[in-house]
Amino acid sequence: MDSVTSEQRQTLHSTADNGLKIVVVGGFGVGKTTLVRSVSEIRPLNTEETMTQAGEGVDDTGGVAAKTATTVAFDFGRISLDAHNVLYLFGAPGQERFWFLWDRLFSGTLGAVVLVDTRRLADSWYAIDRLEHHGTPFVVACNDFGGPVHTAGQIREALDLADEVPLVFCDARSRESSKQVLITLVEHLQSVVAQDPTPQPIPEPAP
Amino acid sequence: MSRPRPGRDDSPDRLYTLTGGRSRAGSDAFDLVTLVVAESDPVPGMQSEHASILRMCRFPTAVVEVAAGLGLPVSITRILLADLHDTGRISARHPRASYRLPDHDILEQVLVGLRNL
Ligand SMILES: Nc1nc2c(ncn2[C@@H]2O[C@H](COP(=O)(O)OP(=O)(O)OP(=O)(O)O)[C@@H](O)[C@H]2O)c(=O)[nH]1
Ligand SMILES: [Mg+2]
Repeated sequence: MDSVTSEQRQTLHSTADNGLKIVVVGGFGVGKTTLVRSVSEIRPLNTEETMTQAGEGVDDTGGVAAKTATTVAFDFGRISLDAHNVLYLFGAPGQERFWFLWDRLFSGTLGAVVLVDTRRLADSWYAIDRLEHHGTPFVVACNDFGGPVHTAGQIREALDLADEVPLVFCDARSRESSKQVLITLVEHLQSVVAQDPTPQPIPEPAP
Repeated sequence: MSRPRPGRDDSPDRLYTLTGGRSRAGSDAFDLVTLVVAESDPVPGMQSEHASILRMCRFPTAVVEVAAGLGLPVSITRILLADLHDTGRISARHPRASYRLPDHDILEQVLVGLRNL
């Protein structure tokens, strides 16, 4: 049943020194965890990030503005790419009410996979909007739940996808298929990088 | 799926106690995928979470993995990590910074790694 068991490793190489991130985002139950599990060398783990936002305005006493805490749970898996690079895959809820946390949670991500169920295309509108707005490159992967067959053209139209955004069909339960989705994303990133004429500013040194 | 979400049962009081009520700027340096490596063994009398982190990080371990292992929110984990970092008990391997787009070499390495899966 679990085809990756033989390849599971619990610890990273002692030489591992560069963590990379890809986000898998999509509506409820669309197969995010399944996709992560299919390619991960560890059983997906879950954790949560708590965000504290200063409340609007300051109270009359001139004290600290009220703060509200919001908690978002997410799961993740891991792929050791080579002696130095380790890729972490994050499954993140794509609902509007979680989305304001996205920038903080996944800053520095290579790119994103938007997983969609073609029976519920509208569930992914918001995620696509935000990724476009944020300038994060992404691919759209249609997870096969055996719904009515749509052509790629119909799906592109319903999602109002830009021509350059790759659209693929997948089965998140399959390791090979999920791996292909990730490869499509990285190839897309390569073409985005190749086309970007702006020189890369020197990054700020880590504090 | 069957595991309860971490942190759920922790009262704010307990989380407050763990960190001494601090929220600290230095902890922002820890990205979700910063790899943490223990530089020393736990010592008797150490806060148990600090000792757990040192045991967990004998090999490089990402901040998110530490958080999941501790069953604590990432924000709290970052503060505990900053404590250990300040005292030289852990070292941190931060992701190579890329300003907006990743560089070509990294993408090539990712692609090779994925194709070899
Ligand atoms: N038929 C079919 N079922 C799938 C596929 N991928 C996932 N599923 C099933 O769909 C259900 C939901 O999958 P999950 O991976 O838990 O979805 P998720 O997006 O992580 O769900 P949430 O985190 O709750 O939003 C599970 O029962 C999966 O077995 C697929 O490609 N085809
Ligand atoms: Mg899930």
